[in-house]
Amino acid sequence: MPSIDKMFKTHPTETWLMIIITSLSLVLSITTDQYFSLVNLFDLLNISAVNIIFAVGLLVVLISGGIDISFAVAASVVQYVAFYILNDMGGGNWFLGFVVTALLGIVLGAINAGLIHYFRIISIVVTIATFNISFGLLMFLTKGVYIYNLPDWWTDRVILIEHQMANGTWAELTLPVAVMVAAVVLTWGLINYTSIGRQIYAYGDNPEGARRVGVNVAAVHFISYGWLGMMAGIGGLIQAHFTQEIVPNALIGRELDVLAAVVLGGATLGGGSGTVLGCVLGVLLIAIIQNGLNLLGVTPFAFKAIVGVIILFSITLSNVSFTEIRARMAKED
Amino acid sequence: MSVSTRPRETRKLNDVPEIDFQNISKVFGGVHALSNINFEVLSGEVHCIAGENGCGKSTLIKIISGVYTPEHSADMKIRGQQFKSLNPGQARNLGIEVIWQDHALFPEMRVDENIAFESLVGLRPSLVKYDEIRNKAGQVCTRLGVNLDLNAQVKDLPIAQRQLVAVCRALVSQAKIIFMDEPTASLTQSETTRLLDIVRTLSAEGVAVVFVSHRLAEVLEIANRVTVLRDGNKVGVYEAEGMTQARLTELMTGLTINQSVNDESITETSPVVELSNLSRKGEYEDISLTICEGEVVGITGLLGSGRTELALSLFGTTKPSRGEMRLGGEIIKFRSNLDAIKSGVAYVSEDRLALGLIQEQSIADNLILSVLDKILTFGRLISFRKKNETVEYWISELNVKIGKTTDAISTLSGGNQQKIVIAKWLATNPKLLILDSPTVGVDVGAREGIFKIVRELAKQGLAILLISDDVSEVYFNSNRVLHMSHGRIEQQYIPAQCEISELENAVYR
Repeated sequence: MPSIDKMFKTHPTETWLMIIITSLSLVLSITTDQYFSLVNLFDLLNISAVNIIFAVGLLVVLISGGIDISFAVAASVVQYVAFYILNDMGGGNWFLGFVVTALLGIVLGAINAGLIHYFRIISIVVTIATFNISFGLLMFLTKGVYIYNLPDWWTDRVILIEHQMANGTWAELTLPVAVMVAAVVLTWGLINYTSIGRQIYAYGDNPEGARRVGVNVAAVHFISYGWLGMMAGIGGLIQAHFTQEIVPNALIGRELDVLAAVVLGGATLGGGSGTVLGCVLGVLLIAIIQNGLNLLGVTPFAFKAIVGVIILFSITLSNVSFTEIRARMAKED
Repeated sequence: MSVSTRPRETRKLNDVPEIDFQNISKVFGGVHALSNINFEVLSGEVHCIAGENGCGKSTLIKIISGVYTPEHSADMKIRGQQFKSLNPGQARNLGIEVIWQDHALFPEMRVDENIAFESLVGLRPSLVKYDEIRNKAGQVCTRLGVNLDLNAQVKDLPIAQRQLVAVCRALVSQAKIIFMDEPTASLTQSETTRLLDIVRTLSAEGVAVVFVSHRLAEVLEIANRVTVLRDGNKVGVYEAEGMTQARLTELMTGLTINQSVNDESITETSPVVELSNLSRKGEYEDISLTICEGEVVGITGLLGSGRTELALSLFGTTKPSRGEMRLGGEIIKFRSNLDAIKSGVAYVSEDRLALGLIQEQSIADNLILSVLDKILTFGRLISFRKKNETVEYWISELNVKIGKTTDAISTLSGGNQQKIVIAKWLATNPKLLILDSPTVGVDVGAREGIFKIVRELAKQGLAILLISDDVSEVYFNSNRVLHMSHGRIEQQYIPAQCEISELENAVYR
């Protein structure tokens, strides 16, 4: 077990997040009677699954030094297109569902990557444009119609682990959590244990240096945005499964929530840094805060503001070490 | 630097050149960075490229390593094999490695991964084997006899160690020819000696090293041959044996150095700036210095000596942690550089391209940027009449060669761009003008023009602080020169009373 000191040195953000999550959990366990329960823990994971799937995808793009705000809308587009394609294929099944949504997502991600790579447009501009194009076309073509008649395989709950509690309620771990775990493990492997993953880090860290040592910049762009696209597609599939309906504007605004969580987890907008662990902890922290506020009976209307304040607070805490702050204050005098 | 007593190896050099590039030209926006250069390196040779700032050294290296594409006339042969074009990956596969001046490392990544990064680059996707990476990195370190913490992140290393990481990275592959761009710029004497030993080892192993350095003593000590470039043209290739520093300088500048020192005596003028014991933690320490009206004071020293940091404090960008600063006799404390500008301090920054000018905007707009509040109409809008007057005045005053004042600043040559920057600051009517490396990327002829202006301004009573790592530049243009090292002023030199070699020896040791 490494000492806390060492953890602070090598992974300051992750350590801070763990400390904050632990203390928050302690407080919530004491102040509410439902927080510390298997049911609540499983719920937390079930609810966070889609956001974590999106988050690990976005993490890869942030590490490469880019940004993408179109992925949530892309997920909605994939939901609609996949619904019609799967209908044409006679309804489909989970396997086809994964393949179709992943491929559609990759195509949308590749469009972003192509615009960024070949036309040298910065990623924020490209993805603002594709965000608008995707959402505009989606609303125009669907006329905002919801889809309720999803095939049964898509909406039936798949329970992986269940456990009946003493009071008769069921604690259930569902399919989205399994998909989330797979997404997390795969992304972790990609960025830490593949050559292209390390090239993505290197490119985000020092683009000019990476170019000079012969990093394949096209591959970096296509794989990072493609990876996010794939996660967006699969996230879309799971989100529709979770809510049992497809709503064109259901995911609007989600991109900023996820972006905030990933940045909270230590990824920087400048690229070259960020870990999967930090990213997952970032999403969980926000979910726990919302969950806690809920259990404490705080009105949901205040959620966003409180979450915003906590993000600012945590980022300040994790990005600036105390010794640095002290040194800076000493200098100012 | 003392010339080594080690006998120069007189090895037989292989007949087939390692690289043979003919007719290399490169044009940037109408300006010839290189024109028709022929450059050849034999295997196992230590070949130096000598030339002043902006002579085209870096451009040449970037072409050979595939970062830039040369103009069509180019004829590129690597070990006899003809190439129409090169990309960085290809060049590396052919055994061409470059240690860039800015190291091109990945600060967030670990040392071993930085060193062995090339094993991660390639078309075939593969899994990362961290133990192999560690082994490779360890082996190179052992081979070079350097001691590096392989687990550290590069961003935590001091600059000299980053340099070693960059050297190790170049050697991890089977390099046939290694370019080192100013590898000793930030090294101490003992580190330099060790690097030169490494270069000799490589050369003995048959690896060609192309060495670029400002320090001519070093060049003559290590090189077999020297290619001299001047303003994008090749002057010639010379055997290092029998070459002298004076002759090399002459070839590089094209001037027989009969430059005279600035011996204008400053007669009893009042001090403009007085610093006493000025310090800022980690940057500079105990700086005491006075600059009088009409005086040009030079500061020279290596990168990281604290020269630019001191200038930034004088300009109010950073706050000194201790000591006193007086301007015109009064103690001052700047809250920001706005205060400094109002008090009459002007700062021509080191990095003209990024900080001094807004490249896309017009010459006129760049020039008036510092005096927007002085050219307003009654309605607080910009007066076109005043704007044009100001622009016309300074352009004729400093003899800047331009087309139209509405042309983008990027259409001008380096020297004329620098004149616009100086004009921009002179328009604020300063008492103290700080010039930080004013001739980087400015060709020789234009440098003369800039220093003529500097001397003229001093005659008119302006106090000038001239900062540069180019020793001859400060030597020939200042009334006094201060040598800075590790944040302290080491010694003062009066050019009229000492030889340039004294100062060079002190700075380059």
